[in-house]
Amino acid sequence: MRALKRSALKRSTLKRSMLKQSRPSRRGFLLGGGALIVSFSLPPRLGWAQEPTEQKLPGSLERNPKLDSWIRIDHRGTITVFTGKCELGQGIKTALIQVAAEELAVAPETIRLVTADTALTPNEGYTAGSHSMQDSGTAIRYAAAQARSLLIGAAAARLGIPHGRLKAQDGAVVTDDGRRLDYAALVKGELLHVTVDGQSHLTDPAHYRLIGTRAQRVDIPAKVSGGPAYVQDLRLPGMLHARVVRPPSYHATLLRVDVTAIAKMPGVRTVHRDGNYLAVIAEREYQAIAAMHALAAAAIWNETPTLPAPDEIFDWLASQPAQSVPVLTGSGGLSGSTKILEATYRRAYQMHASIGPSCAVAQFANGQLTVWTHSQGVFPLRAALAELVQLSSENVRCIQIDGSGCYGHNGADDAGADAALLAMALPGHPVRVQWMREQEHAWEPYGSAMITKVRASLGPDGRIVGWDYSVRSCTHATRAGPAGNLLPAWLIAHPKTPPPPRPLPLPEGGGHRNAAPLYSIPDARVAYELVPAMPLRVSALRSLGAYMNVFSIESFIDELARAAKADPVEFRLHHLDDPRAQAVIKMAAERFGWADYQRRQDHGRGFAFARYKNLAAYLALAAEVEVDRKQGHVRLKRAIATVDCGEAVNPDGIENQIEGGILQAASWTLRERVAFDRTRITSRNWNSYPILRFREIPDEVRVHVLNQSGTPFLGTGEAAQGPTAAAIANAIADATGARLRDIPLTLT
Amino acid sequence: MITLTVNDKAHEVEADPETPLLYVLRGELALNGAKFGCGLGQCGACTVLVDGVAVNSCVTPVGTLKGRRVVTLEGLGTTDRPGVLQQAFIDEQAAQCGYCIAGMIMRAQALLDRNPAPSDTEIRTHMEPNLCRCGTHVRILRAIQRASQALQRARKREAGR
Repeated sequence: MRALKRSALKRSTLKRSMLKQSRPSRRGFLLGGGALIVSFSLPPRLGWAQEPTEQKLPGSLERNPKLDSWIRIDHRGTITVFTGKCELGQGIKTALIQVAAEELAVAPETIRLVTADTALTPNEGYTAGSHSMQDSGTAIRYAAAQARSLLIGAAAARLGIPHGRLKAQDGAVVTDDGRRLDYAALVKGELLHVTVDGQSHLTDPAHYRLIGTRAQRVDIPAKVSGGPAYVQDLRLPGMLHARVVRPPSYHATLLRVDVTAIAKMPGVRTVHRDGNYLAVIAEREYQAIAAMHALAAAAIWNETPTLPAPDEIFDWLASQPAQSVPVLTGSGGLSGSTKILEATYRRAYQMHASIGPSCAVAQFANGQLTVWTHSQGVFPLRAALAELVQLSSENVRCIQIDGSGCYGHNGADDAGADAALLAMALPGHPVRVQWMREQEHAWEPYGSAMITKVRASLGPDGRIVGWDYSVRSCTHATRAGPAGNLLPAWLIAHPKTPPPPRPLPLPEGGGHRNAAPLYSIPDARVAYELVPAMPLRVSALRSLGAYMNVFSIESFIDELARAAKADPVEFRLHHLDDPRAQAVIKMAAERFGWADYQRRQDHGRGFAFARYKNLAAYLALAAEVEVDRKQGHVRLKRAIATVDCGEAVNPDGIENQIEGGILQAASWTLRERVAFDRTRITSRNWNSYPILRFREIPDEVRVHVLNQSGTPFLGTGEAAQGPTAAAIANAIADATGARLRDIPLTLT
Repeated sequence: MITLTVNDKAHEVEADPETPLLYVLRGELALNGAKFGCGLGQCGACTVLVDGVAVNSCVTPVGTLKGRRVVTLEGLGTTDRPGVLQQAFIDEQAAQCGYCIAGMIMRAQALLDRNPAPSDTEIRTHMEPNLCRCGTHVRILRAIQRASQALQRARKREAGR
């Protein structure tokens, strides 16, 4: 009871403290998260090469090994933690603060966190692939643990007593006889300017105060009360409002446009034309919108049909030349089997469909371009923008501020490029570009259409003997880095060409992410066929190929289990050796009540499992659906998931991510398909691209976190996407006997 | 010049009467609560209350609002002193990216003002116009129920006095 009370107290303290932490000052907000700490300067990089680096350092330390690039403590004892990752609504700020505060032995509210900013933080690439805890969480944890040990060492030297008599506590090193030295008094000179060795003693899970507790997110209070929270909320002095006018279709060219009348509209400062690139800049936002509409009406475009016929899109995909990438190189051997099954699965183009269209603010002043963006990768974006506007990288700064959830590569970087181009056109003024709904829907890069084909054989004992699987898609990776991947760069008079798509390397992969089944199969062949053509713009949508591959594999496992007359849960367990995989499956089945499920009319249950990327979080999901045969309607009614993501820092944050992943994937799986004709994208708003609404939301969504304290972080944010799709399809098959293999799943 | 009452304060704003309320709130009044989501009245991110009714501010011309009471997210409470629904959303951690949440809270407020004890079906039906892309729906529903319970407890306390 006492323990319970104490932990409740701790939780409420954390809650209060995080509330406090979440209030950014106006100035802090404008600077993108915090004022610079000037008491510290980076030494020349020359020395770095001479330092020993035989062993690979954990997480992002490999790329940024200096402790004080992650953690700084100033002379007042203020602790600033730096991450190159971005808050995307996944709660990363809160989890990173928990980790840092745990290892530094301080209260979380004493930590100031600075997120991705090319002028301030380490370069951690993109915030993508469920990597943030593995990369940044690990780096910050080791850096913080080493900082703690350096502080203890400094105190030991100062006091002339052995380390054993000292411990870190509440921002100070304390002795066993009650003396106390604040961190502020100990961080002299270059104490923290060392290389993180990755050898620090991490806090023993038995002594955790913060890791593993359900912390309230630091960013939520401002977000539910209208505090400045998003890049959309940025209001800089003298800021102007821009709108772009996009071509009506991908390859349309501007024949003519008379801008005379538009330039005279109220508030309009400039009408910008550069090749096929059109934009207006005005004093007020609605003036910019009015001018945008007028400009769009005045522009005469030449359009040609360049898209495949929408009802033949899968024939088109199947017939395209492709680069073949081997994943597993068995023979796929189907000999010695008693039963051979095969199936083909398809998935339509689907979109990120962020609720808030992309937005960015940029200012070009004194030769320096600053861009405030909700990009997932400020460093790659900086490189792309520098190339686009022909500045050197040092003269471009990208600062990340939260935006609407992106779920992968949406219009964020392109809006950053729009803002950069327009700020360069009107030097001195901050220029805010806000995309319209139609622009986000029509121009964001989609998740590629995909086809998978699988053939497998069962032996006389009902076990899988051979497996032959192929997955075919356009690329899943056209992110900025090269300017040629930025949409505005295609439209300007001297356009940039996108680099040819290349398969993302294994083990993570792109279209072939999760293409290899985790089940023990004696002879398996798996190949990825990357189609370089991309008639529709495509890139990374949450989980990339894993969504489709897990959908296909887990649907087919269900088909095989039925053929083997085995229970689908038992069948999976029989083919898995990994005890952690077994554990999540058993727990999800038990919590769902799989063993004593009572079948009802028009209801069915389905199960699915995957380990994301075959190396990150394990997730098992049991689902129940309700079908309305007359209306052809399917509703996900219950979803019970178990996830093992290694060390769980904020279990509530993990549950939130998985719940969201389940509902988003249910929407993809049951509703979503990008519509187009031979010339244009026709999914241009929420009527022409419907997503799941409240009445369709399940009665129950429950997520159980199997915490593995003291083990490495395993990326979690995308783990639910594939299993949800398969569990729904399997439940529909259970309810109706109909095996649906085309996403979106449609009962005809 | 248009006189507009927002969160119990009268404002004189200079805007074309055709200007949607959203741009006046965000631009002229520098209020962050209402969000631009679609500009088409399809997603609810811009929801505010006009005379207690949830409306999409992105398609409500400001010229139609003379003498009417507009309430935005800021009118329900502050970051330091959140209102009942805002607190319920914090308690339930009912946000991921949070971009739709302002609209969710405002639409839910319209319901609770009229019916402090709605059923689950009533809540779902009422919330139907608002879209969330992160999949936070289950927590949003829980937060609305939590706020409803808090309001009912407060009413009982009032009645008991």
